[in-house]
Amino acid sequence: MNRLPVVSIRNAVCLLGRFPALAGADLEVDAGEIVWLAGPNGAGKTTLLRLLSGLVPLHSGSARVLDVDLAHDRRSHRRSLALVGHETFGYDDLTGASTLRFAARAAGRSAADADAAGARFGLDALAPIAHAALSAGQRRRLALAIAFARDPRLLLLAEPHAGLDADGRRVLDAALATAVDEGRTVVFSSHESDRAAALGARAVTVEGGRTVGGIIDAAAAARR
Amino acid sequence: MIERLRSAWLGALTSVALAATLLFALVIAPPDSVQGDAARLLYLHVPAAWLAYLAFFVTAVASALYLWPRTRRPAWDHLAGASAEVGVICTGLTLFVGSVWGKPIWGPWWEWEARLTTTAVLFFLYLGYLALRRLGGRGAERRNAIAALIAFVDVPIVHFSVNWWTTLHQEGSVFNDRMQVSITDPLMSFTLWLAVGSFTLLYVWCCITRMRLLELEDGQAERDLARAIEARVAPTATVSA
Amino acid sequence: MSFASEAVLIAAKDLRIEARSRVATAQILPFGGIVLLLFAFALDPRRNVLPTVAPGLFWIAVLLSSLLAVSRSFAIEADHGARDGLRLAGLDGGAIFLGKAAAVAVELLALEVILLVGVVGLYDVEVHGLVVIVPAAILATVGLAAAGTVYGVLAAGLRVRETLVPLLVLPAVAPVLLAATRAFELALGEELADAWRWTSLLGVFAVVSSMVGVVAFGPLLEES
Repeated sequence: MNRLPVVSIRNAVCLLGRFPALAGADLEVDAGEIVWLAGPNGAGKTTLLRLLSGLVPLHSGSARVLDVDLAHDRRSHRRSLALVGHETFGYDDLTGASTLRFAARAAGRSAADADAAGARFGLDALAPIAHAALSAGQRRRLALAIAFARDPRLLLLAEPHAGLDADGRRVLDAALATAVDEGRTVVFSSHESDRAAALGARAVTVEGGRTVGGIIDAAAAARR
Repeated sequence: MIERLRSAWLGALTSVALAATLLFALVIAPPDSVQGDAARLLYLHVPAAWLAYLAFFVTAVASALYLWPRTRRPAWDHLAGASAEVGVICTGLTLFVGSVWGKPIWGPWWEWEARLTTTAVLFFLYLGYLALRRLGGRGAERRNAIAALIAFVDVPIVHFSVNWWTTLHQEGSVFNDRMQVSITDPLMSFTLWLAVGSFTLLYVWCCITRMRLLELEDGQAERDLARAIEARVAPTATVSA
Repeated sequence: MSFASEAVLIAAKDLRIEARSRVATAQILPFGGIVLLLFAFALDPRRNVLPTVAPGLFWIAVLLSSLLAVSRSFAIEADHGARDGLRLAGLDGGAIFLGKAAAVAVELLALEVILLVGVVGLYDVEVHGLVVIVPAAILATVGLAAAGTVYGVLAAGLRVRETLVPLLVLPAVAPVLLAATRAFELALGEELADAWRWTSLLGVFAVVSSMVGVVAFGPLLEES
């Protein structure tokens, strides 16, 4: 089978201020894969996801995501991906529905895409509520709806299960399974190994700013 | 090593030139026929004003070279910063000398004369730029370079507006002429050129020295980073071993 | 989505947030009003100079209010990682700039109308030369909004942005204060030819600062 690398990162160093959050990380992900980033707090999982999204610049090493060399261009692949971080990217004074619609339209999608994604994550009841009044779990649902409304080829999620109730987790897992079936590539971090195992994800461990099992090719892994 | 030697030679040359300037400006050059000894401030005022504009121009050029991907080098960022620091000192000096000089001639310490007022706005404009530079952080070099170019684009607009203001609506324009020293004496003219030359040498020496310091700081930061990466990776190494 | 519709989307979002949060009407507008009142207190023994110096006082009040409007414009992008959201959306930096600057300009123009009424009432000013006053005010406002928005994004990611923005903006917009004050003075004195001359300078500033913003905003947003 021909490999279609969506992510190819070698020896990546990323700085947060003067702190090397990533200190030589490797990661390869093929199209249609679902990859689980495991590892303790502060290992560099979220920074790795932000590097993939182009938000954090590469200090040294190499990084190619969706056929874009991040060393030279951190912008042009962004419309093809979605990132669910620890924050919603929303505005306190907008309602849930306006936040979602604005985010979808800003990413070049329609209001209908936004409404469909909102319905999928059970946001209909939250539509008229101001973002400021949403609970942590509701905000996570909103962030997920924004991500899916973008119709991304690459889906990056930082601890997507955190804060969600049982129903929310079920909806999310179903959405992730469908996403992989649709040919999307998923990279997510999580502390919940049972959830990750149920999704059939390939595990990559992040520790101390480096990765274990990040490279797919066995020969390359042996050389290393 | 060679570079340091060259810098030492430049420093020596600058010292000699400045000593000569001091001698000519205070002793050899004759007092002005109208303003007397007060006109000797010219030998400080003119070089300071000239260097202020030169320094901000150099900052803008260095910033543009930093932003241009093909010429992007940390040295351009260092030069932009070093030059702006000297520039702000020179604008401050221009304002100070200008008002000291103006006191016996105009009466008040400050007169809303066009060039002096423009210089005052520039002083604050570039103080803001230096305040921004102090902050550092991620992407600071690019941010600073853009800020320097924006400030530089503003300079002609400030100059025009202040010029119009002082010439159209204030009687200030007459003071302009009174501040003018007509240099007919060849000795005075030589002293002025000597002063401009020696202060320009001082500017170049300051920039080179400051750039070397910034380069050393960068080297230190690189070494700190290498150590930080080692420290970050160390626990993983012991785990896998 | 086209450049223009992206700009409209951002402007509409900012204005919608202002309409819902009412910070502009409930805080910035009263601030401008009290500044006008305080000028009268400061000049109390010579209250009869107020009509003569009214244009300058008016523009100082507008200038100070514009600092608040700019800082508000970027405060809403500071929470919940909204700037990351804007960057990930893949919008054109120039379009975001025009949208945000337009929203600030609209707020300032509304403020100016009310402050102008205040000046006429409090300072006993007789209004003449509206044919110059209106375009001069519009061009000055565009210049203030554009320059403020550029420096706003420059400082957006910095912890000291509240104190840094005024230091950066005020010297840069000194020509606007000078030209707008002269234009108003001359228009009130019905010296329209000279008033137009200053208005053209305001136009130059507005065009230059808008062009600088369109070019510089994107890169500055990336580094914020």
